[in-house]
Amino acid sequence: MLILECPYCGVKAEETELHAGGEAHLKRFGPGSSDDEFHDYLFMRENPKGVHFERWRHVNGCGKWFHAARCTTTLEVFGTYTAQTSAPPQEIRDAITAKRPGWSWREFE
Amino acid sequence: MRSPPNAPAGAGGSSNDPSPNPICRRLLEKVRSMSTRLANQGRLIDRSKPIEFTFNGTRMTGYAGDTLASALLANDQLLVGRSFKYHRPRGLVASGAEEPNALVGLGTGDRFEPNQRATTTELFSGLSAQSQNHWPSLEFDVGVVNNKLARFLPAGFYYKMFIHPRPFWKHIYEPIIRKSAGLGQAPDQELKDADTYEHFYFFCDVLVVGGGVAGLQAALVAAKSGAKVLVLEQNAHWGGRAPVDGGMIDGDYPEAWVEQALAELTAMENVTLRNRCMGAGVYDHGYALGYERLTDHAPGQGGPRHRMWRIRAKQIVTATGAIERPLSFAGNDVPGVMLASAMRDYVVNWGTAPGKRVVVATNNDDAYRTALTLHEAGIEVVRLLDTRETGGGALMAEAREKGIRVECGRGIAKVKDGKCVTKVAICAQNGQGGAQEEVEADAVAMSGGWSPVVHLWSHCGGKLIWDDAQAHFRPDPERPPLGADGTGFVVAAGSANGPLELGHVLADAAEAGAKAAKAAGFEAEAKPATGAAQDEAPMQPVWLMPARAEIDLRMKAWLDFQNDVKVSDVQLAAREGFESVEHTKRYTTLGMATDQGKLSNINGLAILADSLGSEIPQVGTTTFRPPYHPISMGAIGGEARGEIFQPLRKTPMHDWHEANGADWEPVGHWRRPYAFVRAGESVKEAVSREILNTRQNVGLLDASTLGKLIVKGPDAGRFLDMMYTNMMSTLKVGKCRYGLMCSENGFLSDDGVVARIDEDTWLCHTTTGGADRIHAHMEEWLQTEWWDWKVYVANVTEQLAQVAVVGPKARMLLEKLNAEAGGGMDVSKEALPFMEWKDGEIGGFTCRAYRISFSGELSYEIAVPASQGQAFWDALMTAGEEFGVMPYGTECLHVMRAEKGFIMIGDETDGTVIPQDLGLNWAISKKKEDFIGKRAQERSHMVDPDRWQLVGLETLDGSVLPDGAYALGNGVNANGQKNTIGRVTSTYHSPTLGKGIAMGLVRHGPKRMGEVIEFPGTDGTTYKAKIVDPIFYDKEGEKQNV
Amino acid sequence: MSDPLSALAGARYAGLATIEEAGLQGMITLRGDLSSKTLQKAVKAATGAAVPQTRRIAVSDTGAVAWMSPDELLLLVPYAEVVDKTAALTDALSGDHALAVNISDARAVFTLSGAGAREVLGKICPVDFDVSAFKPGDFRRTRMAQVAAAFWLDEAETFHIVCFRSVAQYVFNLLMASAHPQSKVGVY
Repeated sequence: MLILECPYCGVKAEETELHAGGEAHLKRFGPGSSDDEFHDYLFMRENPKGVHFERWRHVNGCGKWFHAARCTTTLEVFGTYTAQTSAPPQEIRDAITAKRPGWSWREFE
Repeated sequence: MRSPPNAPAGAGGSSNDPSPNPICRRLLEKVRSMSTRLANQGRLIDRSKPIEFTFNGTRMTGYAGDTLASALLANDQLLVGRSFKYHRPRGLVASGAEEPNALVGLGTGDRFEPNQRATTTELFSGLSAQSQNHWPSLEFDVGVVNNKLARFLPAGFYYKMFIHPRPFWKHIYEPIIRKSAGLGQAPDQELKDADTYEHFYFFCDVLVVGGGVAGLQAALVAAKSGAKVLVLEQNAHWGGRAPVDGGMIDGDYPEAWVEQALAELTAMENVTLRNRCMGAGVYDHGYALGYERLTDHAPGQGGPRHRMWRIRAKQIVTATGAIERPLSFAGNDVPGVMLASAMRDYVVNWGTAPGKRVVVATNNDDAYRTALTLHEAGIEVVRLLDTRETGGGALMAEAREKGIRVECGRGIAKVKDGKCVTKVAICAQNGQGGAQEEVEADAVAMSGGWSPVVHLWSHCGGKLIWDDAQAHFRPDPERPPLGADGTGFVVAAGSANGPLELGHVLADAAEAGAKAAKAAGFEAEAKPATGAAQDEAPMQPVWLMPARAEIDLRMKAWLDFQNDVKVSDVQLAAREGFESVEHTKRYTTLGMATDQGKLSNINGLAILADSLGSEIPQVGTTTFRPPYHPISMGAIGGEARGEIFQPLRKTPMHDWHEANGADWEPVGHWRRPYAFVRAGESVKEAVSREILNTRQNVGLLDASTLGKLIVKGPDAGRFLDMMYTNMMSTLKVGKCRYGLMCSENGFLSDDGVVARIDEDTWLCHTTTGGADRIHAHMEEWLQTEWWDWKVYVANVTEQLAQVAVVGPKARMLLEKLNAEAGGGMDVSKEALPFMEWKDGEIGGFTCRAYRISFSGELSYEIAVPASQGQAFWDALMTAGEEFGVMPYGTECLHVMRAEKGFIMIGDETDGTVIPQDLGLNWAISKKKEDFIGKRAQERSHMVDPDRWQLVGLETLDGSVLPDGAYALGNGVNANGQKNTIGRVTSTYHSPTLGKGIAMGLVRHGPKRMGEVIEFPGTDGTTYKAKIVDPIFYDKEGEKQNV
Repeated sequence: MSDPLSALAGARYAGLATIEEAGLQGMITLRGDLSSKTLQKAVKAATGAAVPQTRRIAVSDTGAVAWMSPDELLLLVPYAEVVDKTAALTDALSGDHALAVNISDARAVFTLSGAGAREVLGKICPVDFDVSAFKPGDFRRTRMAQVAAAFWLDEAETFHIVCFRSVAQYVFNLLMASAHPQSKVGVY
C-alpha cells in the first residue's frame, strides 16, 4: 500500500486516505476539436513500465488534488507536486533524471 | 553459570504412564501406547496446573504451557488426521506453524473454527477439538480406499479422468469429490461469529519480525540506536529454537540470555514487544501486517479475539528463522515419523515424545542434537542413519561417546505402512533401496537440512539466491524489496538469512539490526553477543532416500503431506511437460492449501529439477504470498461488523421515521423510508395510500438527503455554465432552474434544481447519491483545470433538514403554521411563485422555501437548520392533521414523478444515456460554446437517429410491465440473439390512474406513438405495451403552478 | 424556533477512554486567501484567534481556528453567535473572494479523553498517535474507519473529534467498540 506525501498539507498519506485520479497532465479538448483529438483526450492513456505521472486526491484529508511522479515497476516515488500545473516542474524532472537517466513520458523528458 | 534449563534430572528419566485418564488410555492402547509424558523434561509446561480438554469427544488432560499438539502426544494420540486425497492416517510432523497434518476443528457453535493447527494452539481449560477429513471416524475411514487406488490417482488425475463426459462434472463428479476431499467443515452458515476483532495502526522506525535470538539481537542493536522498534513473535514464548538447540551465548545458556535480552528491551521506552503476534505480510512502502491472537489461548477473558496490526515501518528486519526439511523416503508420512527438530522440541519444551525406540535419519549434524536429547531423556535411539559416507563432526563423536549406534552412508529404505511406526528398513543411501536390515522402532526422526523462512522477505519482491553449501534458497542482500525512496526496506537476519550456527546467527542479526537502524536514520553499532556451538561438518543434499529409489518406494515417498503429493507425482508432471514450477504446483497441488508448502517446497522443486535435468536455481521457487500463515477473516474485517459493519447515514428525522413504520430503503449509505407502513397494511398498500393522499390532500417527504452545494465567486456563473448543460449564469436572483450535469463523455450523471442566491452565489441541489460525487466533480475541475477561476464550493447538505410539503393543501398547511406563529413568509402564488425561492420564517422557523415540484403537485421544499429538523417536522405533522397530512416515502416519490414523466437518475440513466435520449433538449443550452460533455455529444454515435429514446409505455390490459424488460425487434444479431429495440427503465402501478405505467427507451420511440411492442418477461409471459407520451398526469402542469 | 438538537443529545461512554458528544458547537467554514490581511483580521475578530499554521489549531478564550486546507479554515465560535458571526465575516470579506458558511448543524462533535484516548483513535485512524508525533494543537483530517473525520488535541490531552452529523451514531459506536475496556493495546 503506497504512501504519498500530500504537497499541500504535508501528510504522508497511505492509500486509504487517497483517491487515485488516473493520468496527469491531460490537455482538455472541447468543442471545435477533431474526432481524433477528442478521442485521444478522453481515452488514450499511457501505460508505461517505469516513470509515470498521476493525479491523486487527498480525499480523506485536505481534499486537494495533487500530482505524483513514480515508477510503476518499483513503486519508487520521485516526488509529489501541485495540481495547478500542466507540466512537471523542473525539480521533479531532475529528481527523476537522477534515478532514471534518459527517461521520457509523453512530451516530457 | 546456571545449570542448563532443559537438562534432565537424571539419565534414564523415562516415566511410567503419567496419563491421568486410564479409561481413555486403555481404549487407545489398541492403536499404540508409546507416546507418553516424560518425567523430567518440559521447560514450557507447568505440571502443577493440569488442564482438561477433549479430542473427538474424549476427555484428556494436559498442562498449562502445552500446545494442543504436545498434549495430544502426551495422551498418546499420535493419529491426528487423515490426508487430503488418500485419507492416509497422519500424525504430527512438526511442532510449529509449518505443521501440515494436525489440522483440527476447534470450539463449538458460534465459536467453531475449522483447520486450526494443533501445533500453534495453546491448550486451555475446556478446549474442544475435532479431527477432520475422515468418515465415519478417525480410526476407521472409508475414504482410505483411495489409498488402495493410489496407483490410479497420480498427479493431474482429476483433470484427466473427470473431463469426459462434460456434463458429468457438475452433477456427478464434483459433488462426490467435494465430499470425499477437502479439509475441515465450514462453520454453520446460520451462526454468527461470537467474537469481536479490531485493527491497530502503528508506526515505527524498525519492525523486527521474529522473537528468537536473532530477532532479539537485531532489536537490541536497533533499539540502542534510539530507533522506535516493534518486535513481533508468533508464539507465546520468546527465544525461538535456541533454548532447545543449546549452545552458549555470552557464556550463558540461551534461555538465560533471552530472559536478559527481553528484560533489557522491555525497559526501553522506544521498544514495543508483542508475543502471540505473527508478522503476516510485508507490502509496499514499509507496510506490514501483524496478526495478534489475544484470546485464542484464554477464551472468555473478554475483549477482541484478534487484533490486526497495520504497521508502517521505515525498515523491516525479518528474523523468521528456518524450517527443517523432511527426507523423502517410503513411508515418511506414517504417524510417528517426525522432523528431528520437532521431536527435540516435544521432549525439551513439553516433556513428551512420540515413541520409546527411535530411528534418526539425517544428512546433517543438527539431528544429532535430537539423538542426544532423546538419549538423555531415556528414549532409546535404535540407529542414527547419516547419509554422509564420512558422517558428521563433533556432535557425531559425542553421540558415539554416549553409545548411540551411528551408521554412515545409510538411509531409510522404507517405514512399514500403518497407523504407527513399527518397522524401519535400512539401506545404503547411494542405492536403490535393497534393505540391509530391518529394525523395530516406534518413531522416526528425520532431518533433510534447513531452509530459511524467506516468505516475508519475498512478499514484496525480495529476491533469493541458491546457497550450494546449505542446499537452500536465502535472501539475496543485493536485491531486497524496494521502498518509496527506491532503496531496500527489508533486511533478513539470523537463520532467516542463511546462517545456521549460533555465533553466526547472532553476528548476522546484529548486523541486520544496525543496517536497519542506519537506513531508518539512526547511528547504530553492530555489537553482537558471542554465540558458541559445536563445529559442524558440511551437510549433504539428499532429495530422495535412497538416492536411486525404485518406483514402488518413490510412490510412497511423500513430498507434500497436506496435499498428498509424492515424489512420483512430481516426476510424472515433469515427464508430462510441466516444466515451470508454478505449473507443476497447480498440476500436482504441491505446496498448495493452508501450509503453502512450508515443508515441501524445496524438496519438491529439487525433484522437479532432477527430473528436468536442470539445476534447482534455474527451476526457482513458486511465489510467496501473504499471509505467512492463515489468518482469520474476522481479523481482516476488524471492527467492521454488526452495527458498525458500514456507516449508516441518518437524517435529523430518522428516529421519527423509525418510530412511525418506515420500511427502509438504502440509498448510498443513507436509509430513506420507502414507505411508512401502518398496522395491518402491506408495503404496497402503504405506497398507494401515500400517493393518493398526497395527490388529494398533503404529504411530507424528508428530502434532507438531497445534496446542497453552495457555489460562490466572481467566476461562479461561468463555472456553472461549464458544469451544467443549461445556462445558469443568466438565472435571476430569487429564481430556480432544473439543471442537468453530464460527464466529459457526454452521459447524463446528475440532475437537480439550482437556485441563484445572490449576484455571485448559487445553490445547487444534487441527487441523494450525488452530493459527495458532484462536490468532488466540481472540486476536480476547479483544482485541476480552471484553477485560475475564482470559485469556492461548500457542501452544506447536512447543515439543512429539508422537507417537501406536497399536495393541494400544502399552502393551507403552511399558512396555518404562520397564523399560529403570528406571521411569517407570504407563501401565496403571487409572493412565492413556481420555480422561485425565498428566505424567511414559517411557523417561527427560520427557513428557505423553494417552490419546486417533483410530483406535479403544489409543492414547497423547505430547508431549516438540521438541529431544528425534527421540531419543524413535528410542527408540520401537528398543524397538518386537519388537512390529512401524511408522511410519504421514496416509492411514493418515484411513482408520482413517473406519473409526471420526470426522469430519475439511475433509472432512466445508466451511464450510457445522454440527455438528448430523454427528450431533455430543452435543458441543453444551444448558446453556450462549451460545457462538460458537449463535445462528446457531437460524436457520430451520439447524434445517431437510431438511438433509443424516452417514451411512455402502457400495457394493453393495465398490468405492470416487468422492470428492465427488453422489447424485441425483427431478426437476430451476429450472435444469433434476437434483436432488441428498447427496454423498460421505470415501471409502476399508478394508483392515481388505476393502471400500470412505465417509461422506457425505444428505438425511434417518439415517432412511434400508438404502436404496440412486445416485452417478453422472465415468467414466460409476453407483455404487450403501447407507446405513449411519458407524461401520464396533468400534462399541462396546472396543478404544480397554483 | 424550537430548542436546537445536537445529533446524539450528549451521549456518553466510558471505557479505555471517555467519549462524550459535545453538544452544539458553532462552526463556520471559511474559504479564502489565508494570507490576506483582511481575512486574517476578520478571523481574529470572529474567534479571537489567529490563522494557524498548516495542520494546527489556534485556540482563544472565545473560539478557535483550525487549518483545513490551503484555502479553508474551520472557525469555532459559540453556537448562539454563529449566525451573526457568519454574517459579520461575509460582510467583512465582501470585497474579497471568500466564502463563509455556517455548518454547525452539519457536524457532530465528540470529546475523547483519558489515558486510552490515543489508543482508541489508533484503532480506527491511519495516523501516528505517538506523543512525539501527535501533539497538543495538532489538527488532522483523515479517515475514521469508513468515514471522514477531523480532530485536534488540546493541552489537557483531550481529543476533539468532528464528523458529519449523519454518521454521528456510527462514529459513536465505533469509538465505543474501540474503547472496549478489555481491548487495551498498551503502547501509548
